[in-house]
Amino acid sequence: MEEMNLHEYQAKQLLASHGVEVPGGQPCTTADEARNIAEGLFAAGQEMVVLKIQIHSGGRGKGVFKDGFKGGVHLCKSADDVHEKAKAMLGNTIVTKQTGEAGRQVHTLLVASGEKIVDEFYLAVLLDRETSQPLIMASREGGVDIEEVAETNPDAIVKLNVDPLLGLQPYQARNLAKALGLSGKLIHHGAKLIAGVYKTWWECDASMVEINPLCIVENADGSQKIAAVDAKISVDANALYRHKDIAEMRDLNEEAELEVEASKYDLNYIKLDGSVACLVNGAGLAMATMDAIKHYGGDPANFLDVGGSASTEQVTAAFQIVLKDPNVKAILVNIFGGIMNCNTIAEGVVAAAEATHLKLPLVVRLEGNNVAAGRKTLADSGLTLIGADSMAEAAQKVVAEATA
Amino acid sequence: MAILVKPDTKLLVQGITGSFGARHTQLSIEYGTQVVAGVTPGKAGQKFQDTVPIFDGVAEAARETGATASAIFVPPPFAADAILEAIDAGLELVVAITEGIPVRDMIEVKAAINGSATRLIGPNCPGVVTPGTDKDSHGGCRIGIAPGYIHKAGDIGVVSRSGTLTYEAVWQLTCNGLGQSTCVGIGGDPVPGSTHLDIIKLFNDDPDTRGIIMIGEIGGSAEEEAAAWIKENCKKPVAGFIAGTTAPPGRRMGHAGAIISGGKGTAEAKIAAMEDAGISVAETPSQMAEALIKIL
Repeated sequence: MEEMNLHEYQAKQLLASHGVEVPGGQPCTTADEARNIAEGLFAAGQEMVVLKIQIHSGGRGKGVFKDGFKGGVHLCKSADDVHEKAKAMLGNTIVTKQTGEAGRQVHTLLVASGEKIVDEFYLAVLLDRETSQPLIMASREGGVDIEEVAETNPDAIVKLNVDPLLGLQPYQARNLAKALGLSGKLIHHGAKLIAGVYKTWWECDASMVEINPLCIVENADGSQKIAAVDAKISVDANALYRHKDIAEMRDLNEEAELEVEASKYDLNYIKLDGSVACLVNGAGLAMATMDAIKHYGGDPANFLDVGGSASTEQVTAAFQIVLKDPNVKAILVNIFGGIMNCNTIAEGVVAAAEATHLKLPLVVRLEGNNVAAGRKTLADSGLTLIGADSMAEAAQKVVAEATA
Repeated sequence: MAILVKPDTKLLVQGITGSFGARHTQLSIEYGTQVVAGVTPGKAGQKFQDTVPIFDGVAEAARETGATASAIFVPPPFAADAILEAIDAGLELVVAITEGIPVRDMIEVKAAINGSATRLIGPNCPGVVTPGTDKDSHGGCRIGIAPGYIHKAGDIGVVSRSGTLTYEAVWQLTCNGLGQSTCVGIGGDPVPGSTHLDIIKLFNDDPDTRGIIMIGEIGGSAEEEAAAWIKENCKKPVAGFIAGTTAPPGRRMGHAGAIISGGKGTAEAKIAAMEDAGISVAETPSQMAEALIKIL
């Protein structure tokens, strides 16, 4: 896990604790709780309550549940309506443009004030890799896909690099607020919110904070304020050791089962749709191996970096994980044993193949330290594995096996 | 004869007493690297393998031993501090091997290093090797974790974001009889101390480097920036390879920096920029040396 995604309600909790205005509301996991929260909001004078499913996916509003129920975001005028919609969505599985056909089961809802929105903007903080500095992106076009705006109307996006040692200065935040078209008092409201969003990004070790839409909303007395109506945060997993509170927000329901399993063994595994599984040491070599499989007409079933040491335990766990993918027709092991003894790796591969009663064709390409002994161990193992001397040869052989 | 380090470069190791740091320091010493000091706060006066003196801090270690380069094996929560300490001590070269340093820490380090005399390589990298002329390329300078014996002294420069993929390229060169001037792993993080372009410029100016292999991967635009510069300025033949043609957008492929986001950082765009710059791009990772040989 290189970065951890948060739910909208979790993102809003972090933002609120850094001084960012967010619509009032609470998460819940039952329809009765949803009704209670909604009753509280209506009693406080809200005319509308919004009910939003909490899954790690964009396009929730336009998603369709597997039973035909439409939309993962609903505006409700009564607590009864909230209860009914919550009941329809909780436990149900929704398909959005980002979930894939399998969809995502809904476990949590956010019940929040339905704000009167006057205007919508976009705001994000992320790393600018060209300058190695924080980058704030703001756009007058909010509530829409920012990548689309970047393509069709790039002038609508304002970008600001922040000096990380100075931090965001108040005048810079005011300039951004003005660039969004805010005027009068709203410049100050907007600047305060932008400063809070930047602070959240910095202090939480976020990879990305995205507010879309950032809104001018109308209060009951007709006055206006700026609020983060939707929010998305992902956090640098390498920094979670200093954010115990954020680490606890991890929702394993949102992560692919095999990827969670792999992470227990320090394996970096990403499931793909092809039929050729691969086990490789090193991220770059793992990507290059996938590319070689594709180059010779196959489709990789996964990305899997077994790490620098490729211990027997890790290789066994790696075999077990790739074998759980029913699409896999053949396996390629590609190890460049640099410091490691290739014979140790070969023994690990043999032990893992035996422990998992491997029946699928297995192509092994070993290179590096003590490779002759390693190849002999493989040849003498009694396993029906296929050896290869180069990556190209290995990729060709495994693709032939997978498509046979 | 090489860039960044030579066989007589005096190296200190920060985190020399950790198991990973100790193991690779030993391998570097066996390779012939001049490891003159170790740094582990609180362990001053002790010796590594009964020979290398250990100091509490980088400044005193450098002052006492004349070390000009540092290898950092310090665990991630303390690694940024270790890098800053090495910069403050005025070392010429700092090679950070540590994987998993928070991005925010590296943003601060990168800001602090601006205007300093220090060049940072890494983090999350295999390090730097200038091969020697003895058996298995011993007698050279090895900083980091690369296997020494795959190298061979020669005149090809290698720069890469990946570890094992670098070894693959180096081994292909060595098997084809082509030695290396220096091999530099710049690391797979989104905030690297040095970029492909920084290293390519050094190779371009190095009279003993004849040709260059540049290995990149998805994410960011460092390869495009290097390609644009190579097109206008590089006097030497360059071959390359980009990993990640089959990587799905929006997923980090092992390396923190290997991600296609917002349609940016694709292998296709990088390969196109490299081909436009006249770089010989290998179609498969098995053909990296071959791609260079045909333009030498």
